[in-house]
Amino acid sequence: MSSARVAERVLEVRTSPHAHNAMSVEKIMRNVVFALLPISAYAVWMFGISAFFLLVTTTLASLATESAACRMSGKRSSIGDYSAVITGLLLGLTLPPGLPLWMGALGAFIAVGPGKMVFGGLGFNVFNPALVGRAFLQAAFPVAITAYTPAKALGRFTEFIPSSLAWPFMKAAPVTEWMARVRVDGFTGATPLMLRKFDHIQTDPWSMFLGERAGSTGETAALLIFVCGLYLIIRKFMDWRVPAAMLLSAIAVAEAFHLADAARYPGPLFVLLSGGLVLGAMFMATDPVGSPVTPRGMWIYGILMGAMTVLIRFLGGLAEGVMYAILLGNAFSPLIDNLTQPKTYGERRKAVAK
Amino acid sequence: MPLLEAITGKRLWRGVHVPEHKEDTERLPIRRMPFAPLLVIPLSQHNGAPSIPIVHEGQEVVRGEPIAKAAGFMSIPMHAPATGRVQRIALAPGARGELGLAIYLAPYLSASQEILYGAPRDIADMTPAEIVQAVQDTGVVGLGGAAFPTHVKLKVPEGRTIDTVVVNGCECEPYLTTDHRIMLEQSAQVLHGTRVAMKALGAPRAVIGVEDNKMDAVAALRQANGSATDITVESVPARYPQGAEKMLVKVLLNREVPSAGLPSEVGLAVFNVATLAQIGDLLPRRGGLIERVITIAGPGVKKPGNFLVALGTPLRWALEQAACTDRVSSVVLGGPMMGAAVGSLDVPVTKGVSGILVLEDDHGPAHHNYIHPCIKCAACVDVCPMHLNPSRLGLLARKERYEEMETDFHLMDCFECGCCSYVCPSQIPLVQYFRISKQMNRERKARA
Repeated sequence: MSSARVAERVLEVRTSPHAHNAMSVEKIMRNVVFALLPISAYAVWMFGISAFFLLVTTTLASLATESAACRMSGKRSSIGDYSAVITGLLLGLTLPPGLPLWMGALGAFIAVGPGKMVFGGLGFNVFNPALVGRAFLQAAFPVAITAYTPAKALGRFTEFIPSSLAWPFMKAAPVTEWMARVRVDGFTGATPLMLRKFDHIQTDPWSMFLGERAGSTGETAALLIFVCGLYLIIRKFMDWRVPAAMLLSAIAVAEAFHLADAARYPGPLFVLLSGGLVLGAMFMATDPVGSPVTPRGMWIYGILMGAMTVLIRFLGGLAEGVMYAILLGNAFSPLIDNLTQPKTYGERRKAVAK
Repeated sequence: MPLLEAITGKRLWRGVHVPEHKEDTERLPIRRMPFAPLLVIPLSQHNGAPSIPIVHEGQEVVRGEPIAKAAGFMSIPMHAPATGRVQRIALAPGARGELGLAIYLAPYLSASQEILYGAPRDIADMTPAEIVQAVQDTGVVGLGGAAFPTHVKLKVPEGRTIDTVVVNGCECEPYLTTDHRIMLEQSAQVLHGTRVAMKALGAPRAVIGVEDNKMDAVAALRQANGSATDITVESVPARYPQGAEKMLVKVLLNREVPSAGLPSEVGLAVFNVATLAQIGDLLPRRGGLIERVITIAGPGVKKPGNFLVALGTPLRWALEQAACTDRVSSVVLGGPMMGAAVGSLDVPVTKGVSGILVLEDDHGPAHHNYIHPCIKCAACVDVCPMHLNPSRLGLLARKERYEEMETDFHLMDCFECGCCSYVCPSQIPLVQYFRISKQMNRERKARA
């Protein structure tokens, strides 16, 4: 009789709760990867095999670094949680498509090694690993990382951008001659932010919307990035408050500048579409590890980063400010957390010291 | 609706939506379970001092007769759940794995098991103090699971007044349907008990809160209440842990029970519907609490149901009546969110057991999975009904900074509802961390 079997069985004594909502770190991370795939595919369509191999290089280098770090520290390999894939993909997407592949690999090593594993791996890093890698490359190779190439170049699926295949620490092949040969009319090798800042040329918003412009590999298609981010928000893999706060505050600050001096400062639409703001707000600022956990803290954190992005772009020496704005936000995150602890249910006023 | 709820203040706390799993038993009427051949009645099945036995081994007792007396005000008497013979008074296993003194009672199989003990009385003329004494004599405790002696809550603390009696008919734990069935089948007793509580506490009004997934219970109570205006029946949003008294008073009356305080500080007294139904039934006939309604359900049960069970019935006997599958992995007393798993089926059903949940191998959280580090996703912060920061508390617990958890992060306000563990994507056993942390703090204070 079945009931007799109950008596014979060894009962497992577990602690409550005896139920779980089936959300897991792997599931979240896997879906972030899924959300990044259309963006990556579009980047390859725009920039060709150079972009493809750049993304593959950064991803494989990330995985290799994570795996090696786990082995060295004697821990169970954590590459199964997909976070290294995300770091690799995101790093690749933020780099110029023609960046020498070896630099991409080095950037991925810095991102996952000193950027994450040194702190103890997933959950313990202070800064967004992909941006740590990118900041390193920006400091180490300021020329290569601002060498942008035009989108939709001729023969981009059969031919590498010459700089991609440079040997480590060797001077890269010049791209000017190549660019003159493959460039389609109307496409330029400078990003809209650079054109505006240094040449005072305004880029057509529609081409920015569709991502048919020069820029980092995966930052150009603002609309597509927005939709992919929205997927994560709707499936509840990502919190909506941080991207909302960051984008809205960037719009508000840009609008304020624009109203003050329309000739010098472009409007919010340009600010949204011209650089890496949408990619940063949707996929990097939202990295939960580097963001506050309190509801008010998330808003403050997002507002801080949106405002910093615009301030760096408008008042700073760099054309783009998203990366440093997010890294700054990461740095402030623990402090924001401490200062915005939620008021608890039934909290009594602290007794006044006698 | 969320906007309206936000405006009316009806969703000022957080919580989670847990699959209810109530459909298996919510339509099944309460059935009486046959007596087990041996009942085991622990002397400490309530919060407070253990009862003192007043029978001796070999003594014959009548169903309903007192077999143990209260040891002071914070204690209750026990009554014989069946006519039979006291076999022995000896140690018996409890739900937490502890051993405690219990009365072993062998029911007479041929006895009619009529309740012969007790006598009717008029409770209309009783004073509040007499009601408190009479309720203590019934041995009733909070049947929602807390097992706190009910008569203690019926005594108004010095210097306070109770303006409203809050009756908890939420039953937010998945699988459990006992309160639901009691509200449907014993509406009159619930209201009767509510009036007794109002009288004892001098409260002019009462509110019965029922989750809106049990609208038939709301209708039944309203019908039984008729045109009376001092008792109102209100539906509240079904959301775990709505049945926690702090959440219920917030939603019904927008009052917050102060940290480490009692509802009486804000003029309230909160009782579970099943508790009041028992008082409404027992008080007029001088009866004692000898049986209670439990739900037996879960994926490991073939014939789930709501059963009226004699106290002291061993789990093994109860589960045999409900027929289990052959893949049972664990047995939980109470619901899946806060219930405690037992290590032995010799444990008896006591006054605080609201249900028996039987789980199979592939149910329950993914315990065999690797626990990831906290990724600070803030899911736990978003669901904590007490507005704590479980993420930070969890990190501090890992670092054994227990004191800081209490002084700076309100550890003692956690009532272990389980929402944070339920949503944690890293499968961190947060609630268990907090239990351990509280215990460590208690031990540290005891040493000091």
